[in-house]
Amino acid sequence: MLSFIVFFPLLGIAIIALLPRERERDSKWVAAGTAFVVLVATLALFAAFDRDQTGFQFVQCHTWISGDIADFDVQYLLGVDGLSLAMVVLTALLGLVAVLISWNIELRPKEYFAWLLLLEMSLLGVFTALDFLLFFIFWEIELIPMYFLISIWGTGRKVYSAWKYVFFTFFGSAFMLVGLLVLGFAADTFDIRKLSGMEIRDTLVPVQVLFFFLIFGFAIKLPVFPFHTWLPDAHTDAPTAVSVMLAGVLLKMGGYGMLRICLSILPDVARDASVWLAVFGVVNILYGAMVTLVQTDLKRLIAYSSISHMGYVLLGLSALGQVGLTGAGMQMFTHGLITGLLFVMVGMVYDRAHTRQIGELSGLAHQMPMIAVVMVIAGLASLGLPSMAGFVSEMMVFLGTFEKHGALTILGVIGILLTAGYILWMIQRVFLGERMPRWDGLGDATTWWERTAMVAMVAVIFLIGIYPAVVADVIETGVEPIVGRLA
Amino acid sequence: MGDLASVDRLGPELILLAFAGIILLTDLVVQRRWLVVGSSLLAVAGSLLWAGTLVARDMRGSAFNGVLVVDDFSLFFNFLFAGIAGVVILASIDYSERFSRYQAEYYALILTSAAGMMLLAASVDLIAIFIALELTSISLYVLVALLKDVRSSEAGLKYLLLGALSTAVTLYGMALLFGLSGSTSLADIGNVVAAANDDTRAALVMAMVFLAAGLGFKMAAVPFQMWVPDVYEGAPTPITAYLSVGSKAAGFAVVMRIFFEALGDRFISGDWSIMFAAIAAISMSVGNLVAISQTNIKRMLGYSSIAQAGYLLVGIAAISAAGGELSLGASGVIFFLAAYAFTNLGAFIAVIAISNRINSDEIGDYGGMARRAPLLALGLTLCLLSLTGIPPTAGFIAKVYIFNAAVQSDLVWLVIVGVLNSVVAAYYYLRVVLQMYLEAPASEERVPAGPSLGLAMAIASGGILFIGILPFPLLEVSETAARVFGS
Repeated sequence: MLSFIVFFPLLGIAIIALLPRERERDSKWVAAGTAFVVLVATLALFAAFDRDQTGFQFVQCHTWISGDIADFDVQYLLGVDGLSLAMVVLTALLGLVAVLISWNIELRPKEYFAWLLLLEMSLLGVFTALDFLLFFIFWEIELIPMYFLISIWGTGRKVYSAWKYVFFTFFGSAFMLVGLLVLGFAADTFDIRKLSGMEIRDTLVPVQVLFFFLIFGFAIKLPVFPFHTWLPDAHTDAPTAVSVMLAGVLLKMGGYGMLRICLSILPDVARDASVWLAVFGVVNILYGAMVTLVQTDLKRLIAYSSISHMGYVLLGLSALGQVGLTGAGMQMFTHGLITGLLFVMVGMVYDRAHTRQIGELSGLAHQMPMIAVVMVIAGLASLGLPSMAGFVSEMMVFLGTFEKHGALTILGVIGILLTAGYILWMIQRVFLGERMPRWDGLGDATTWWERTAMVAMVAVIFLIGIYPAVVADVIETGVEPIVGRLA
Repeated sequence: MGDLASVDRLGPELILLAFAGIILLTDLVVQRRWLVVGSSLLAVAGSLLWAGTLVARDMRGSAFNGVLVVDDFSLFFNFLFAGIAGVVILASIDYSERFSRYQAEYYALILTSAAGMMLLAASVDLIAIFIALELTSISLYVLVALLKDVRSSEAGLKYLLLGALSTAVTLYGMALLFGLSGSTSLADIGNVVAAANDDTRAALVMAMVFLAAGLGFKMAAVPFQMWVPDVYEGAPTPITAYLSVGSKAAGFAVVMRIFFEALGDRFISGDWSIMFAAIAAISMSVGNLVAISQTNIKRMLGYSSIAQAGYLLVGIAAISAAGGELSLGASGVIFFLAAYAFTNLGAFIAVIAISNRINSDEIGDYGGMARRAPLLALGLTLCLLSLTGIPPTAGFIAKVYIFNAAVQSDLVWLVIVGVLNSVVAAYYYLRVVLQMYLEAPASEERVPAGPSLGLAMAIASGGILFIGILPFPLLEVSETAARVFGS
């Protein structure tokens, strides 16, 4: 079942590759079909998931490289717990959205959709792999499609941004590989289930250094200040669909990795590092929010707001408790939806107006009421309005962290105010305000694929806001064993 | 002396030499290209078959009074060198029109040097090693200069002079070993070294340094790499490919034989482990850093091959510090050599096919190759990803394998140097990929690859992916081959 979900996109890629050149436009249908099948399968998995049970379900295990042959033992090991299940659902949902909002791609569509599907496959792999080396393999594969997607289909300084993205990530994963090998040598296994059940001692480097090796790559990906500088560039210059995937799913690889690897395999070090996680989290929240306030480009604005929001994840992790970790997981899930939706909307505005400069736009609600309404919904969700998804997760993060790091949490709450500031200001200047005749020719979101993407995401945002348990319960089963380790 | 079993055990080499003679003699009477190519391919096939029957009949054992040996190690290299020669011959068919008068000599010399490399891997006696080394080198000196233009002649002369110097240095090291032990047999030397005391230590260290310096030339490790860029650029491209994988692999084979068998005792092994670790770190760093600024793809691949020698040396340096099996990295080196053979041959095949058509080796002229030659560009991309070490390619598994061994022998610092170098290397490898996929083509003219080049490329790409996804057959073979040094 999991193998099917992870590798089904490869089938789509194969079909796209076999399409003759005259029919290259049909590749979007193949991609949409593939992503749809993956989403349906994922939802079936979500329904079949036993919520009363902690630990990994749907586990598939085969020996890949046997320890009898080589010095290291690698398994083809897939499985999901509540945490990874939430991420898989998110990936599948945004994967379909990404294909839909790429409907107008005219430049080399075959390659474009093939890369998009490969990206989806690698992300699904990252979230389901339970062998550290397999995890690392999927982690690395993800670089290739991103590199091509940004550098070929991006805008602006796309080549520079693609390089920057690749180098930051590759630099982080270089250390992760060292950490992985040291860890594997100390524990004699790469099986994450076993690793997070044992005490890691006698490593070749001090465990604190090992922890640093492991968390460094995740910190770059999340991203944690001061390793965030790749993010605004990559987001701004990437095509819309890739921004959606990047903000919606790729950043979560960082948070997910910290939970799955750093916190659950080295809980002792994590306990010592807790206050640092909180400090970096708060710095992220405040720094990100303040920089967001001065942005003039819509995409850059949302990019920086992501840095701020990922600070909440880090803050939630620093709590090392049930509520905080669940909150961090929820924040990853809801931020994926909300920011994904924001990028979709900005992409739609840019497609029509061909500018993203906030100063040039005004009163767009007159020309495109539907886009404006959805943008307002997404914005409000992003600033954490109750009844919408963002509120639940931020609430849980603050609740969870307050006991442990009271002062830092209060500092973090200031971030909410700043968020309200930049979101409302942006909406006011772009959508409200005076009607500009310059934009009179622009139309609203009318095509079916735009509407499907918008409606689906808005519906999920409200669903989680009103009945958070639908996801929170699942995530809770996932973090429970990790909390047990940290206690 | 030459009893029949010895001749039988030497079959794979003898077939190549016999065919080389036949080709040269036939060429005096009839000059037909297909005849020459056909018979050299037949020779390779015969050699592979004979090696296969040696395995099937379990003919492992020593030959010619213990001067040569047929064991899993030498059998592995029989297959590897015959395979490399076969692919190089396939890749030469179109290219060799440039020196149509010397076709027979060209293919015959490829066969003799391949036989020399096989003998190198099978020699366990200093004199046999030296003769095999000369057989390989002298064939290659001629092959490098065969184009007979200015660059090729310069390359040939350079290779000859520096090669002669390195041979002299090697010989000096051998003389020291002989003087210390009174025997040319590696096993006898090993026994003497095991009984050595501090009086002879200085002489042993000197012998060790001279041998490493002389053989470092073959391996193309820094600081013995001076010849590499010029010779790689000037030589006929198939011969460059041959040098970069065949000659290098032969160098590593003989280094493993001498250092693990003759100098494997713990009395001295720690010294050369440190020495090789230092050479490895310098080779990786120098090769990668200088490769960045190259504009000619053959020179770039030359520097890249220096860096790859560095990665391989990490495996040589990875000996166990604390008893047990000495050569932790030997199987990794063997695996890496095979993976690297597929990868680098593939890269050079693409270069041959492309430069045959556009008459340029400049990276700048590779713009838009993805449009002009989609399959070649895809194949070259795969090879470059494998050289970078990105999954799911052979290069990734090979690097993990070697680095894992290095971690086990407590060389974490060297692994960090290695992974950081991979990040640097990603820059210049991916730059070529970017050039092919992003830049506008210089012309719309297609760049077709002939059937022989296409077949060679298919073999290389298939090998890269097969080893990358299903590594265990090759892992098992490498472990078996490395067990020769196990005791």
